[in-house]
Amino acid sequence: MSIIVFLEKEGSNIRNTSLEAISYGSELSKKVNAKVVCVVFGALESSEGEKTGLYGCDKLIHVNDQAFDQAVINVYAHALNDIMNNESGDIFITAQSALADPIAAKIAVLQNASIATNVSELPDLNTEFSVSRSIYSGKAFENLILASPKKIISIKRNAIGLIENQKSASIEISDLKLNPDLIDAEITGTDRTTGMILLPEADIVVSAGRGMKGPENWGMVEELAEELGAAIGCSKPVSDVGWRPHHEHVGQTGIKVAPNLYIAIGISGAIQHLAGVSSSKVIVVINNDPEAPFFKNADYGIVGDAFEVVPKLIEVIRQNK
Amino acid sequence: MKILVCITHVPDTTSKIAFSDNNTKFDSTNVQYIIGPYEDYAISKAVDLKSSNNAHVTVLNVGKSESDPSLRRALAIGADEAIRIDADPMDTFFVATQIASHVKGETYDLILMGRESIDFNGGIVHSLVGQMLGIPAFSPVMQLEINDSKVKMTREIEGGKEYLETSLPLIAGCQEPIAEWKIPNMRGIMTARTKPFEVVEAYDSETRSRNKNFELPKEKGGIQLIDPDEVEKLHELLRNEAKVI
Repeated sequence: MSIIVFLEKEGSNIRNTSLEAISYGSELSKKVNAKVVCVVFGALESSEGEKTGLYGCDKLIHVNDQAFDQAVINVYAHALNDIMNNESGDIFITAQSALADPIAAKIAVLQNASIATNVSELPDLNTEFSVSRSIYSGKAFENLILASPKKIISIKRNAIGLIENQKSASIEISDLKLNPDLIDAEITGTDRTTGMILLPEADIVVSAGRGMKGPENWGMVEELAEELGAAIGCSKPVSDVGWRPHHEHVGQTGIKVAPNLYIAIGISGAIQHLAGVSSSKVIVVINNDPEAPFFKNADYGIVGDAFEVVPKLIEVIRQNK
Repeated sequence: MKILVCITHVPDTTSKIAFSDNNTKFDSTNVQYIIGPYEDYAISKAVDLKSSNNAHVTVLNVGKSESDPSLRRALAIGADEAIRIDADPMDTFFVATQIASHVKGETYDLILMGRESIDFNGGIVHSLVGQMLGIPAFSPVMQLEINDSKVKMTREIEGGKEYLETSLPLIAGCQEPIAEWKIPNMRGIMTARTKPFEVVEAYDSETRSRNKNFELPKEKGGIQLIDPDEVEKLHELLRNEAKVI
């Protein structure tokens, strides 16, 4: 049997979240004695194949029909389903994303499989195959038994982190072609901020809220993020009034993040915001209101004026580089 | 044009989450239930389409009678009829099968859902139903324009947006800013009482997963406060104690 891992790219590089999915597949393969077969579509940097081996890929299937780089969900789902059949895949793993979760759902239907999204730990195989998944928008976890023989798992960022399991991934170039009959929508364009670290991918997130007083004051937030190599987030009120784009909104009804470090500047910490950040390993809160509820849910805090504290923090980071 | 809006009946976003019976049951004591916030967008969009595209809007929930107030509220906002499939929503597969089975016997042009339920956060029912029925499904949809049977959509992706064109029938998982949230007015509440409200038996369906138990996240160990004049200390702690920078 094999574990199929879907790898998503950023340009022609494999996303970090997908590398984590390889680690997840590799750790799981030790328990179920399976081969880890990774699948990537379209243009790929030549060094990326080797990288998959570092995290425990046994075989990388590279479907190099570059038409896939513009493909819709349905096309990927059926291609992956075919590969899963050819490779005797019993378990399908992917890192959660706007592309991957719908693909996972479609494959679950095609394979008559059990499915779990939002998975936050390695499966527990002691009695039955169960996974821990984040529910109530980060306020709780459920242990869910996946009862069907085939299982589809979409993991959250930092479910297990990047774990190295060096293997020499064999690379197989697949001549699978995009099937035009499966195109159920046309992608007419995308609008993405380029050169920025993606919020769900980031190790560090710097987030700011209404305490910034206006969009013109985001310069120092961006500066701090740049110094730390962090992605930028914001609270709901800030994206609601249009100070920042919606895709930066972190919270229960926005992006749920799980970075190693989350820095909240001028965010009071409403329960809906906390739900979106509760999976962060370390939380730092900078707020001039000592009563801000966020302080109860943080690891480190500074009660002070963001307009003084943040520039100082940028300065200290620069001095210590 | 016929629209189906599928809604969830879930704890309010401000609810404190607790479990009972040895962490196997959700503790609903003092919990206020609402229509899922993403489905509020779906209903609002459907009601907008009533006037612009002369649509007829059916609202659907898979649930027990506890969900009735949420369905009534959807009628008060402007849906034309309500259907409740009388079943405990056991797992995502079960819910998707119930919806797909209902849709099979009807002729909906557009099926709107929320991007995800805010209780179990699966975020895949739209895609499951789409695959079961062979209907295109997209989520999270931020903008949706319909001209005859042509559809233009904006979908949120990591770090931005994707623009899509397709045709009806279509399933869309909604999120802001697809429509302005609507709240029921007095006239809506009054007319909701006379709108069709049907309770139907559950369709035969398997489940493919089941809940073992629940857990609450580990509590934070308490905060270390740092003086605003000693910002360098924060840097030191993040580097050497937390080891995150």
